[in-house]
Amino acid sequence: MKKFKVKKTIKEINEKIKEGRAVVVTAEEMIEIVEKNGDVEAARKIDVVTTGTFGPMCSSGAFLNFGHTSPRIRASKVWLNDVPAYGGVAAVDCYIGATEVVEGDPLNSVYPGEFNYGGGHVIEDLVAGNVIKLRAEGYGTDCYPARKYERNITINDLRDAVLFNPRNAYQNYNCAVNLSDTTIYTYMGMLRPRMANAAYATSGQLSPLFNDPFYRTIGIGTRIFLGGTQGFVAWPGTQHNPNVPRGTNGVPKQGAGTIAVVGNLKEMNPEWLAAASILGYGVSLYVGIGIPIPILDEEMARQTAVKDEDIYTQVYDYSMDYPKGVTNPLAEVSYKDLRSGAIIIDGKKIITAPLSSYYKARQIANILKEWIEGGKFILGEPQQTLPIA
Amino acid sequence: MAMYSKKIVIRYTPDIVQQPVIYQLVKQYDLIFNILKARIFPRREGVIVLELSGLKENFDRGIRFLKEMGLKVEPLSKSVSQNINKCVHCGACTAFCSTLALSFEKPSQKVLFDPEKCNGCELCVSACPVRAMEINLL
Ligand code: SF4
Ligand code: SF4
Repeated sequence: MKKFKVKKTIKEINEKIKEGRAVVVTAEEMIEIVEKNGDVEAARKIDVVTTGTFGPMCSSGAFLNFGHTSPRIRASKVWLNDVPAYGGVAAVDCYIGATEVVEGDPLNSVYPGEFNYGGGHVIEDLVAGNVIKLRAEGYGTDCYPARKYERNITINDLRDAVLFNPRNAYQNYNCAVNLSDTTIYTYMGMLRPRMANAAYATSGQLSPLFNDPFYRTIGIGTRIFLGGTQGFVAWPGTQHNPNVPRGTNGVPKQGAGTIAVVGNLKEMNPEWLAAASILGYGVSLYVGIGIPIPILDEEMARQTAVKDEDIYTQVYDYSMDYPKGVTNPLAEVSYKDLRSGAIIIDGKKIITAPLSSYYKARQIANILKEWIEGGKFILGEPQQTLPIA
Repeated sequence: MAMYSKKIVIRYTPDIVQQPVIYQLVKQYDLIFNILKARIFPRREGVIVLELSGLKENFDRGIRFLKEMGLKVEPLSKSVSQNINKCVHCGACTAFCSTLALSFEKPSQKVLFDPEKCNGCELCVSACPVRAMEINLL
């Protein structure tokens, strides 16, 4: 066991939050505090560090229950604004996935496809309170005789609406370039030929899992900011993989940990859940997530003070290598370089741009900070932290 | 001499629709045109988006001719706008904007649009994942 000079528990920090005495800062503010005071002093002073991220997170969707109809229906096929939802759940339950495309869309047959409407848009329309056309088909049973159901609804007409995203908030992500001679259209956006631009997708030093690289405080039951309301980490995300090369600071140098998150869609806000139409690729959903990190000891203080220049990721070619499944990075770059607007690979200057919003990530970290300072948000004690091996 | 090329928006009024103005641009001013978009309604207004190329001198004379004909002529860039209710300030568009009309404001990290710098290339319209960059022709 490591010996720490400062030792606090989540319970103690929660007592302080309830009394309005907790000291909360954002992950950006923490950098300077640790630089000035050292990690031990910072750990004594600071109770919680807030983080944030706002980016397209494809592995997202919502469970909806539209209530029993009269006569009853076993809705085995369901559409929302003509976007298919998965009906193989129970009579009037379905799951609308963020990346499902509206029926009849030309997809990429007119290349590059525009993907103007899909599951992400349905979710955004729902949280915005817009009217959605619900259509369901059943095969008819003795208990559920109806074969067709159609109705215009808003989110208020749904009995339950739960956002459940199987994989969000990736701890690090690839930087994408295109080595070929033609423009390609990927989930990382448009990539111009001969490495004219590079796309990346995390909020670096503000991003949740960069600030707790070994998941000491994040796990099942961690309360989080999700889509504008309070949600939870439900499980390790799909493809969660802690066993990757890490820097001396413990921060993974490629995609690593992920989280599955859950929250009440009815309490969410379109400002923090926005549909994306990615040219030539498809539909996705921008999700806003913020995680509070309790500063239990000086190690957590040090880790939450991580800076863009100490976080690295790998640059991959998305024209040949990535589609083929070849994992052969072209270069390793820091988030400081990426966020400067240009990186240099083989002597060539490449313009960089993110897909995730640093501006919104910072807003999320600040909102979470206000909630905790105001006693409106109590830390959730993880019942089990995310696997570290 | 170097060729000059620019995307322009021409707005028609009903009386002028009848006249062969574009033909005149070719014949009298030696300009090459490429129609990018056109919306013309009988007995109503219409909009044509053209890419017009030629010698700068001829280009300027051609534009003057169009204006004298009573047409409204504007660079396409005047029709480009950033829908601030939609923009999430990700910055994906900034990699494609060669004129720096779209750029990060420091230190806020907001993405700002400067219409004065825009040349109407429309690359941002394709690059924006939330469709916040809009071309408003009518
Ligand atoms: S139209 Fe072209 S120049 Fe204008 S803002 Fe968009 S990318 Fe920049
Ligand atoms: S790509 Fe779209 S959403 Fe992102 S900053 Fe540009 S205009 Fe805003």
